[in-house]
Amino acid sequence: MTAWYQNLPLWVTAVPMLGALLLLLVPGTRRRVFELGALAITLIDFFVSIPLWFQYDRASAAVQWAFSVDWIPSLGVKFAIGMDGISLMLFLLTTFIGFIAVWCSFTSIEERHKEYYIWLLVMQFSMLGVFICQDMFLFYLFWELMLVPMYFLIAIWGGPQKLYAAIKLFLYTLAGSVLMLVGILAIYFLQKKAGLEPSFAIERFHAMAPFIAQQSKNFQILLALAFFIGFAIKVPMFPFHTWLPDAHVQAPTAGSVILAGILLKMGTYGFVRFLLPMMPDATRTLLPWFLTLTLIGVIYGALVAMIQKDMKKLVAYSSVSHLGLCMLGLFAMNPNGITGGILQMINHGISTSGLFLIVGIVYERRHTRMIADFGGLSKAMPIYATVFMIMTMSSIGLPGLNGFIGELAILMGAFQAQPWWAVAATSGIILGAAYMLWLYQRVMFGPINETNLKMKDLNAREIAYFLPLIVAAFWIGLRPQPVMNVLQKPVEKLVMQINPAFYQGQALTQLHREAAMKGQAGMIAPGHGSDHGAQSHGEVHGSEAEVHGGH
Amino acid sequence: MQTYLWLIPLLPLLTSALIGLLGKRAGKPVTAVVAVGSVLASFALSLSAYSLMKAAPGFRLELTYFEWMHVGSLSVPMGLVFDPLSCAMALVVSGIGALIHLYSVGYMWKDEGFARYFAYLNLFVFFMLTLVLGSSLPLLFVGWEGVGLCSYLLIGYYFETDYAPAAGLKAFLTNRIGDLGMVAGMMALFAYFGTLTMGDLLTKAGHLSPEVGFGVLTFATLMMFIGATGKSAQLPLYVWLPDAMAGPTPVSALIHAATMVTAGILLVCRLAPLFQLTPITLTVIAWVGAATALFAATIGLCQRDIKKVLAYSTVSQLGYMFLGLGAAGFAAGFFHVFTHAWFKALLFLGAGSVIHAMHHEQDLFKMGGLRKKLPITFWTMLIGTLAIMGFPGFSGFFSKDEILYLAYLKSPVLWLMGVIGACLTSFYMWRLMALAFWGEPRDHHAYDHAHESPLTMTLPLMVLAVGSALAGWWGVPEAFGGHFNVGQFLAPSLTFGQLHGAHGHHEGPAILLAAISTALALGFGAWGFFSYRNGLAIGEARAAKWPTLHRILENKYYVDEGMERFILAPIRWLGQKLWRVVDVIVIDGLGVNLPGALAGLSGDVIATTQTGRVRNYALAMTLGALALLWIFLK
Repeated sequence: MTAWYQNLPLWVTAVPMLGALLLLLVPGTRRRVFELGALAITLIDFFVSIPLWFQYDRASAAVQWAFSVDWIPSLGVKFAIGMDGISLMLFLLTTFIGFIAVWCSFTSIEERHKEYYIWLLVMQFSMLGVFICQDMFLFYLFWELMLVPMYFLIAIWGGPQKLYAAIKLFLYTLAGSVLMLVGILAIYFLQKKAGLEPSFAIERFHAMAPFIAQQSKNFQILLALAFFIGFAIKVPMFPFHTWLPDAHVQAPTAGSVILAGILLKMGTYGFVRFLLPMMPDATRTLLPWFLTLTLIGVIYGALVAMIQKDMKKLVAYSSVSHLGLCMLGLFAMNPNGITGGILQMINHGISTSGLFLIVGIVYERRHTRMIADFGGLSKAMPIYATVFMIMTMSSIGLPGLNGFIGELAILMGAFQAQPWWAVAATSGIILGAAYMLWLYQRVMFGPINETNLKMKDLNAREIAYFLPLIVAAFWIGLRPQPVMNVLQKPVEKLVMQINPAFYQGQALTQLHREAAMKGQAGMIAPGHGSDHGAQSHGEVHGSEAEVHGGH
Repeated sequence: MQTYLWLIPLLPLLTSALIGLLGKRAGKPVTAVVAVGSVLASFALSLSAYSLMKAAPGFRLELTYFEWMHVGSLSVPMGLVFDPLSCAMALVVSGIGALIHLYSVGYMWKDEGFARYFAYLNLFVFFMLTLVLGSSLPLLFVGWEGVGLCSYLLIGYYFETDYAPAAGLKAFLTNRIGDLGMVAGMMALFAYFGTLTMGDLLTKAGHLSPEVGFGVLTFATLMMFIGATGKSAQLPLYVWLPDAMAGPTPVSALIHAATMVTAGILLVCRLAPLFQLTPITLTVIAWVGAATALFAATIGLCQRDIKKVLAYSTVSQLGYMFLGLGAAGFAAGFFHVFTHAWFKALLFLGAGSVIHAMHHEQDLFKMGGLRKKLPITFWTMLIGTLAIMGFPGFSGFFSKDEILYLAYLKSPVLWLMGVIGACLTSFYMWRLMALAFWGEPRDHHAYDHAHESPLTMTLPLMVLAVGSALAGWWGVPEAFGGHFNVGQFLAPSLTFGQLHGAHGHHEGPAILLAAISTALALGFGAWGFFSYRNGLAIGEARAAKWPTLHRILENKYYVDEGMERFILAPIRWLGQKLWRVVDVIVIDGLGVNLPGALAGLSGDVIATTQTGRVRNYALAMTLGALALLWIFLK
């Protein structure tokens, strides 16, 4: 038997569930117990998850804390868990956002406290579960389980149109999930064709990649589309995004925080973990379509965000744009792009959660989210103004804050793969600054009216839950290296799986570059030679060589 | 032992945080002492850095503290570099910064947001010094964006108004466009050289032989220049700078005249060896610079707001600097940055003093006769005017003359544009002086209450006046028997030890050219002065004679209106349409709710058969049985 701390991920995942069971025993009238109890549970969960950061072996790309027992042997289902660096970062993000989501609910939730906090804890449990699974069956279980608490959080504690929003969220994502289930089963049965004993192990699914690539083109494309739609709805990518504004606007603040902070990352995580490594060939075939949707999402989300009159809807649409940028990084299929994409998932989790909290603060005080109802709040709420400004800057990628590092890496990767993607994406970044700062201007600056002048500035509790977000934003902005180190090996492994030519091309490019340095005429540096095809571009391209050689 | 030099940027950061958190409680005197003191300390440390740099091999001191980030193959150190260029600029930033801080104490004393103001201003100094001293392009970019943020915050300082925040937003977004050019430039340089550290970059550039195809380099430098046009307000991204005058006047002096707006020139100088390799980019820079110098000067002719005149003048002077850079005179361009920092800071602070005295009246047409009321302001601004118009011996004379001479060598047309711009500059500056200080007071109420500013404000004016008069003697061009010392001083930075000096002086009619341009400038200055010395009559008559021209210039060529109509409004319209049509009608309506409604409808239709009446079911059963019978027996 291994020591308990060697199975730490399992414990961290179990804590919220155990806590929820514990709270079930408390009588429903004890509001304070649920609030503080849930906060204590999520805080404990966060602190217990911190050692994982130190335990993680950054030199290895392998799944760590692996643990597996047979569950349904006849179907090849195992209870298998473990994490690599990519999962770890999102896992930690979940425990980090978890206690903030609980903490921000104390005054905004006015009824049915017991159920509310229990659902929050179940939500936390199911999200953490998704990130530690090493078995497809288990993964799908957690993936679907996530929907239930979110459905209730919106449907019970939501705004005026909560039922419409909750059902829309549920059916939309369920439709995607079912398609994904078909995909999972298809690969499962394909194993028989390959002469293997069928298994749901994720490792096995990854190993099927070459065999999948031998199947007919149509089969591959349909399979890839099944996964693509399942994940694209979660991300959400254009045109599968319309559940998002409704869900966000109707959800209570904590619901929006979790939705933006973690739930959307499930989609991007799905791409990194499943679609890309399992079907790299099919992805490449479909890449022009995927990219088109991605770039549309970046610009479309920004344009639509700009003209929103409801603060929360504006932030919701900004997520469509920001996650489009994440996807752009992933589709670049090179280390810079993928690292940037994953980092940007975390950054978005920090900054957009922060922005939803910001909206929640004024909503609690004024019971309106209409931009036109505000103005000049800086005068009444100077601390709030500062926090809002930091979160805005984090969201629009000001250097020194987290967003910049992610954007830079994504653009770098996209530029290496195909410069025009990067150029197109930059328009989304300009628009991003435009709608966020315009929002800030209309809410915080200008003349202030009597009603708004009476608004109270942040209290100690509110400052306390913003503080971790601010610290995280500055930390990643100023010292991103520790996070990069965690991601590096798994990302390299992923790029080896999906784009092996990238590394093969490097030796060649190194020669090219040296030749150019020596001044041999006619050498055009990569990125602009018109003779390179779109595909070969990222591969023949330079610049990666030195560092990877150096590690 | 030199590690303490990181204090140069960090002291202002630290004090910014302290003032922001505690300034209100500590009171104004303490805040003022801490704010001014920290910038003065940075200045003293910059002096010590300067002497250390002078002793260092190759006049270059590079300090690396730790690895900042490492993405893929991109590795960026956190470090500072001290070479002649960065030291000179750091001294300008902290030195003139300290003077303007001192001035601000007087100017902002009665303002409620005193502490907030100094927190922003010190934060600005931190970012500006980061920009100047950073040893890699990403770190420079941190400073670059940081000063943009501070500029945004300070332009919108009077946030309870409508116009100030809007001006801040405009500044930020216009700069954003330029910044993305800069990001693209960095990506291209990274793709080409595999590094973004300034030292490595320039070393590698030095090993490039001229025969190499420079497509990527040209792209990269052009993109960098787009970044520079944003920050340094060149065509077509200049639109934000005039609006930026909505901020407090000392901010206009420090950020929007002396330091931040020259960051674009600094960037080009930093990468001078790269720009040297890309003649196409240099040509573009020269023409954009000359066009901006001329264009902005014409707008300056008809502005009524004293700060707007100076703002367009700044745009125009920045154009001269780029003209110098484009003519491969990197040292000349930077020299003008240096002299301009003195005289334009002086002019803005002088204007601030006037505005302060006139109880925040900025309209030149309501001033007049202030000469006797504000003697120190008047005399110091007079020196500033002589400096900017290029009066022989004053600082602007030497730096502008050097630029015009180099422009002539590149193309006489560029020279001509520069000379016309100089004439207009002289005209609008003397118009400003005459309207403000001569003639009869046109607003007697304000005039009667006008008074000279306190010593905290006049002292910086006097120091800057001395600088404006004398700064030019640092770089007396060779044509006038000097040695252009500034060029020799900067050579280690600009050539990075590999390339030959930027300009071995060609023979040319240097003296003649200088004489022509100076004589013309003096003539136009006199014209401007005498037109407005006795009030508005002559000017109004002239405006009535050419109404269309006057209206166009007064309305700044309707550029803002055009932008609103052809760029901003269409974007908003597109956003509305996308949302209302694509999101609400197409995707949600047809894609999501319609299938839902159809499912519901079909359910309703079929549900009608479930009547609950036995006779209906019996009928259906009978019919069904008959149908089956018919099928089987057929």
